[in-house]
Amino acid sequence: MIRVQNLTKKFAEFTAVNDISFEVPKGEIFAFLGPNGAGKTTTIKMLTTLLPPTSGSLELNGLDPARQQNEVRQQFGIVFQDPSLDQDLTAEENMELHGVLYHVPRKVRHERAEMLLNLFELWDRRLTLVKKFSGGMKRRLEIARGFLHTPKILFLDEPTLGLDPQSRNQLWNHVKRLNETEQVTVFLTTHYMEEADRVAQRIAVIDHGRIVAMGTSQELKERTGKDSLEEAFLALTGTSIRDESANSADQLRQMARMWRR
Amino acid sequence: MHAIYILWLRELKKYTRSRAQIVASLGQPLLYLLVLGFGLGPVFQKAGNGSYLQFVAPGVIGMTVLFTSVFSGIALLFDRQFGFLKETLVAPVPRLQIMIGRTLGGATVAMLQGTLIMIVCLIAGFRPVSLAAAPLGILFMALIAIVFAALGTAIGSGLQDMQGFQLIMNFLVLPIFFLSGALFPLNNVPKPLAIVTRIDPLTYGVDGLRASLIDLTHFGMKTDFVVLGAIAVGLLLLGAWRFSKIEI
Repeated sequence: MIRVQNLTKKFAEFTAVNDISFEVPKGEIFAFLGPNGAGKTTTIKMLTTLLPPTSGSLELNGLDPARQQNEVRQQFGIVFQDPSLDQDLTAEENMELHGVLYHVPRKVRHERAEMLLNLFELWDRRLTLVKKFSGGMKRRLEIARGFLHTPKILFLDEPTLGLDPQSRNQLWNHVKRLNETEQVTVFLTTHYMEEADRVAQRIAVIDHGRIVAMGTSQELKERTGKDSLEEAFLALTGTSIRDESANSADQLRQMARMWRR
Repeated sequence: MHAIYILWLRELKKYTRSRAQIVASLGQPLLYLLVLGFGLGPVFQKAGNGSYLQFVAPGVIGMTVLFTSVFSGIALLFDRQFGFLKETLVAPVPRLQIMIGRTLGGATVAMLQGTLIMIVCLIAGFRPVSLAAAPLGILFMALIAIVFAALGTAIGSGLQDMQGFQLIMNFLVLPIFFLSGALFPLNNVPKPLAIVTRIDPLTYGVDGLRASLIDLTHFGMKTDFVVLGAIAVGLLLLGAWRFSKIEI
């Protein structure tokens, strides 16, 4: 479903993603783990047509994100690291707007919106303005919205950041359920190792723009000789603290300028 | 088509939901209309130019449309900060349609706001030459709205923070207003000022509004229409190009 070969992204002199390759088969939940600034978000941006790669090839469901942008965009849903809802609209209006932008026929749009809002326990609050929602509710709505156009692939970029354990637990249950019922391929990043351990079938660890290890949670633990994924992760990426992550191209460029000196 | 419509509708919904903002945005035009209208009225009358309220009302309408439409374009900055912009940029819709939907939405909101001020003007004692003037007046309002909503989009596409926003307000939007002849007649102004007013798009908008509403014009209604139309096309192209270059 996702195929990445020798993918590289450079911002001026700084290489954010350095020659990575991986494949994610249909229906798999694939976790992309790495410290801040390792290149996770940059990779997602390239996969989701927001950034052109410097070199290497990308394929989503047989399509090239760099060239067939609109076709590719129809294939995936995405929940960004930071919120992307319209706060001045209601939950239902946010869903409706999304459905129209993704060319979902009216009837299907309404049926699926109802099903998803019910599933994510937001149906009763569908007429409430999003700005009155709690952080957890906003996250749930974003994920529900990401599923609205029945995507083949769902990208989740740190979807549980700042949520309480209850919300996180529930959120992953829903994602797993939809992964099973709709055969959606899920590509996620997170800093919570136990989540990746629980949800993902395969895990790639990325550091300094390179994939340093890939396999099931079990394989990573065995390879490093550790008992938990967290320890294995630290063994693979070291314990030093990284610069704050670059969540926009500009910050990356700023970093690039800093590093050049 | 559906994408343009839904984004247009979004702008309208946001407008009708911000009642406090609607009332607040009436404040400034009211001040210009009432304080200047009645304050400068006697002087203007003595100079033999007739009623200043009649003269300044189209200018105040033009100002309202200018401010509202530029602001709607610059609201792109808020969408960027609150994240909604990303949602539209990864949607399987050409960016041109997204830009057009937003810009038309912003322009429509500006026209509604302009119409509101027109009604306030009527209450304050402003009298257009005839009822038939209304459609022409609305046409010019629409042109002003499109020109400046497109300009706002072109600027908003490049803005990253609120400081930039202040800069634009003080060094672009306010000069456009003050140099447009909204507040003073363009006859007999000093040469340098006459030149500057001629390159200000709002000058033609206000002149067109005056031509249609009070039958007073400096350039002639046809010229106003053609110049504004050409600027609208140019700025829409510029806005679309700038919007297509947004990176997040």
